[in-house]
Amino acid sequence: MTSIDRRSLMQGAAALGAIAGSRAYAENADRTVTMVKQDTTASTPMTNYIGTATSRVDGRAKVTGEAKYAGEFSARGLAHAAVVESAIPNGRISRIDTSAARRVAGVLDVLTHENRPRMADTDKAWKDDVAPEEGSPFRPLYDDRILFSGQPIALVLAEDWETARYAASLVDIEYDKQAFVTDLHKQLDQAFAVKKPEKPHGDADKAFAAAAVRHQAEYFIPTEHHNPMELFASTVTWDGDGKLTVYDKTQGVQNVQRYLCSVFDRKPDDLRVISPYVGGAFGAGLRPQYQVVLATLGALALQRSVRLVLTRQQMYGLGYRPATIERLKLGARADGTLDALSHEAIAVTSQFEEFSRNDTGWAALLYKSANAKYVHKLAKLDLPTSSDMRAPGAATGVYALECAMDELAIALKLDPVELRLRCYSDKDQNEDLPYTSKALRECYSQGADAFGWNARKAEPRSMRDGSDLVGWGMATGVWEALQMPVAVRIGLGANGHAEVFCAASDIGTGTYTIMAQVAADTLGLPIENITIRLGDSTLPQAPVEGGSWMAASTAHAVVATAEEVRGELLALAKKIKDSPLADAKLEDVTLADGRLVSKRDTSRAVSIADVMRQGAVERIEKEKTNTFADDKKHARNTHSAVFAEVKVDEQLGVVRVTRVVSAVAAGRILNAKTAHSQIMGSVVWGIGMALHEETVFDHRFGRIMNANIAEYHVPVNADVHDIKVIFVDEPDSLVNPMGIKGLGEIGIVGVAAAIANAVYHATGKRIRDLPITLDKLQG
Amino acid sequence: MEPLFGEFGKGVREIQMAQHNTAQRSSDPIPPPDKIPISLGINGVETTLRVAPWTTLLDALRDHLELTGTKKGCDHGQCGACTVLVDGRRVNSCLTLAVMKDGAQVTTVEGLATKEALHPLQQAFIDHDAFQCGYCTPGQICSAAGLIAEGKAKSPDQIRELMSGNICRCGAYPNIVAAIQQAMGGKS
Amino acid sequence: MIPFHYARAADVADAVRMISADPSAKFIAGGTNLVDLMKDDVERPSRLIDISRLPLKAIESTADGGLRIGALVPNSDLAYHPLIEQRYPLIASAILAGASAQLRNMASTGGNLLQRTRCAYFYDTVTPCNKREPGSGCSAIGGINRIHAILGASEDCIATHPSDMCVALAALDARVRVTGPTGERTMAFNDFHRLPGNTPQTDTNLQPNEIVTAIELPALGFASNYSYLKIRDRLSYAFALVSIAAALELEGGTIKQARLALGGVAHKPWRNTAAEAALRGQRANAASFARAADLLLRDARGYEHNAFKIELARRGIIRTLTQAAQATPQSQSDKKIR
Repeated sequence: MTSIDRRSLMQGAAALGAIAGSRAYAENADRTVTMVKQDTTASTPMTNYIGTATSRVDGRAKVTGEAKYAGEFSARGLAHAAVVESAIPNGRISRIDTSAARRVAGVLDVLTHENRPRMADTDKAWKDDVAPEEGSPFRPLYDDRILFSGQPIALVLAEDWETARYAASLVDIEYDKQAFVTDLHKQLDQAFAVKKPEKPHGDADKAFAAAAVRHQAEYFIPTEHHNPMELFASTVTWDGDGKLTVYDKTQGVQNVQRYLCSVFDRKPDDLRVISPYVGGAFGAGLRPQYQVVLATLGALALQRSVRLVLTRQQMYGLGYRPATIERLKLGARADGTLDALSHEAIAVTSQFEEFSRNDTGWAALLYKSANAKYVHKLAKLDLPTSSDMRAPGAATGVYALECAMDELAIALKLDPVELRLRCYSDKDQNEDLPYTSKALRECYSQGADAFGWNARKAEPRSMRDGSDLVGWGMATGVWEALQMPVAVRIGLGANGHAEVFCAASDIGTGTYTIMAQVAADTLGLPIENITIRLGDSTLPQAPVEGGSWMAASTAHAVVATAEEVRGELLALAKKIKDSPLADAKLEDVTLADGRLVSKRDTSRAVSIADVMRQGAVERIEKEKTNTFADDKKHARNTHSAVFAEVKVDEQLGVVRVTRVVSAVAAGRILNAKTAHSQIMGSVVWGIGMALHEETVFDHRFGRIMNANIAEYHVPVNADVHDIKVIFVDEPDSLVNPMGIKGLGEIGIVGVAAAIANAVYHATGKRIRDLPITLDKLQG
Repeated sequence: MEPLFGEFGKGVREIQMAQHNTAQRSSDPIPPPDKIPISLGINGVETTLRVAPWTTLLDALRDHLELTGTKKGCDHGQCGACTVLVDGRRVNSCLTLAVMKDGAQVTTVEGLATKEALHPLQQAFIDHDAFQCGYCTPGQICSAAGLIAEGKAKSPDQIRELMSGNICRCGAYPNIVAAIQQAMGGKS
Repeated sequence: MIPFHYARAADVADAVRMISADPSAKFIAGGTNLVDLMKDDVERPSRLIDISRLPLKAIESTADGGLRIGALVPNSDLAYHPLIEQRYPLIASAILAGASAQLRNMASTGGNLLQRTRCAYFYDTVTPCNKREPGSGCSAIGGINRIHAILGASEDCIATHPSDMCVALAALDARVRVTGPTGERTMAFNDFHRLPGNTPQTDTNLQPNEIVTAIELPALGFASNYSYLKIRDRLSYAFALVSIAAALELEGGTIKQARLALGGVAHKPWRNTAAEAALRGQRANAASFARAADLLLRDARGYEHNAFKIELARRGIIRTLTQAAQATPQSQSDKKIR
């Protein structure tokens, strides 16, 4: 199975090909699986729940501890595993001695590359949906090659976890060490350009040289790790008859299912992946992680159920946001409009795969410039492959772009918001396309109003609070508004309760809740009557939960499938003697308050219970795959304007982010409460990015020295104060019928820049290398 | 034996090998640690179990008693996800050896609600959307229960500071503070 | 973590007997540092002697007007005790700046003294560390040394002591009472922790078969003019880059007596009595404080990633002394630094 890149995932046909292998379900269901192009005249659902601040339907499970995560499912005879990691970043295992480990009472086996069960031997078999096109995916425990420090090189299996952990410390390894490099700054001359869709325009170098006002600078974002609260874990249950159930921490159960079947040559019906709750992922769980491979190896070797939970330290051997150097050149006229824009990004990948995202293509969406140049380079280091991490490419690229714009505004003596407005682009200059919608101007004005930006004194060091320097900074945010084909099955009972099934995951994003809201509104039922079942590879097809695409994708799938249910109900209703809906057409009827009712004459209605009872049907079940019309005529993006206030104790360099306002234009907001949380949480990520986060390497060892959650700093409660979120009205009937754009990532984009710009405004010191720690402010 | 990182003195490798060789000298099986019987009151239920000394209270709850509500986020007392109440005080169960708590009363997230209703903190967390992925949530709620019992948090600043031992990567902090204020009976 | 035997000590004498019988045994009280280190295989005791139920939990006034604090008093109990809040608020403030509420509920007074460094190389058994494995080398010198020492370090070790409470105890001239096979003794707090020298594997002067039973405070608690300032990379739940405990006895605007101790800068809480003496008789103003800071930091030496600590410490000393002089001690919950 070929890996599917982002663009082809958007094309329904290609994506449907990826369904091959999903396990058939057993129910006697009258199910139709059809691809339906989204009908732009589809009826807009009633909005009892959509748009409101509905509390999470999985809230009770989470606050009571009933919600189970991957490492929490039990099984008879469960064995426990522990990983042994490589201490060196490059070379080979010359000898691995497991004899002492094996002598520990309670140890069942120790797996290494020398004695592991069979795994596939082609790159193709190891490429999951999200794997980079170029390169060879990492194969845990495959052979004696060491590719990065922290690489898993042995798996101890024991009756209990502490025994496995102890025995792991007794595994003795001799290495054949080879030279290595883990420092991006030492590999710059080996960096090579990768193709990106952004096309250059005009002659940016010439125009820059001739520009009236020029700004040129290099910005740096260090390596960052996702650090979700839940440790990566897999529990593989040995169900007998060659069948395995895999409880995994993942953003895509079907991706993992296909991957495991392909790596271990299992029949699709024999391997099921389940992930009802995910304790945060932020991109870390898009690709299958090594613990699911190792847990499966363990189960196959022992023919028993196996659980493997990684340690927090081992999480640093997984993917990460690559360290990236961003070089910006902006050439402007005196009035602030741009003549030249040049953005070069140099990012990190592994020796064995080429991972990169879009760092440089955002300027063309935001700021008009007749001359533009973009370069994206990769440096290969002896590290794991870098990976998607919340707004990959944009969190980094837009950080640099927005700091550069701030520096240009200062050089031009223009207000930062004013500069954005003067450069504002009403189209995607890369593809020369208009937007489906772009209420960014409203974001600037509503955000500025809410923040009180008018009172800002432009001069740095001109605002104070007692002895603290006060700084106000802003930045633009932008992200994609993608959507994917998703299949949903709805089972409606005569008792007016409905179940909605989909393989999609809820990683904290609120997918359970928005699907319940949409189902409740389209089926005309109270939300308490809706049960959402997610995170199971046997359920109807869904892509990985990422890219902020799930809200739009699942919502439309629920609507499309609900329409099928409504159709079936109408058909049954028509058969009723003297039916009040005998002449009704599908588009004339809606479901509300548990009844099928004519929109023209609401007295013409039949209750769902009656329809089904009279039709002698206990349950209606419909399944449908929703796809979106491929629109090549518009750009589709979300936008935001972020305003940040910092207070700086200049003597000591301590920075506090005291206020943030984020005004977001993301089309239709399905749930006011969870949407607010997404943006607020993303702002917290931005605070961490600006002030705290950095994976620290000792390049002499090629090893991470803060591989824990004490010295890798993420914001704590005391770091976070006022965050105000505004959703700007942005009706959009072009992006998709419901006008949904997704919210998972837009909220982080630009936040670090707004804070860095605020720090400059407070202190007059420009710090371009993140994180802005107090030593960097010491002057 | 070549040191692992050559430019340093004697080399960590040599020292590790020396320790290791002690274990390897014998070819006898290495016996498991003895299990010790202990008695814990878990959410009001007297519970006896036999645990090895190295079993933490966290692992005793999750693996031995299948009370998986309490979460393992770091296993090193650095994140607070494992917070439970022991004899009414909030502690990190991952750094607590179960054998040392013989005779103690333990309250976990599973013990907060009654048959009739959720605990006010649990309800407040739902009302204020004080969670997203839910993984830090049991720890946050038990920690908040401990905070309220301590009676030292009188302002939002103090709530923030005294809840800083519970990391939330989803960034729900402002909502967590609001939920705690609601449960305390203050303005939400 | 290696397997270990577990036993409970019945009383202090029993504890001393048990530890004398087994050189690879360790006491465990709160466990917040020891269990952490055991999980990383940095500490590998074959036996744990549980002292957590010993009757060392009292806080009582002493005849000379001071205070005796049992070694098993939890950090949080100590911080919130009325006698500490009233008479030794510097200690309360320092404790509340450290760790988290959960850890403060668990950690004991004695254990706080005995906690080990947070140096990443000490924790990582793959990297050379003279403290963990004498003779293997110091990875921090020439490595990532942001949180490391600027005072009192040696060629063998630049680790720091991470405690907040100890900085306050050092400033207040506490004494440490210990019991061993030959009986009881007390040590001046400044004599309890060692400098690394060429024996960095030994953190303290507590003998291998001794147990800390109490901390004793003198009568003078500097309750009117004190402050504890902790400067770190995030606003809570992080170790100090630099922390300062300052305490003054003032007569009008003149300093009668001064105490100054630094955390996060050395292998032990750092006091310099010459710097304190230099403040005696001086006006309580920034110029005096700066002179004291310069004296205290005269021999400070930075490494590649921590040289900023010298100036930070200097400014922090001046700020904290100013807070103490103005009787506006730093609040640990209001993150604005006064």
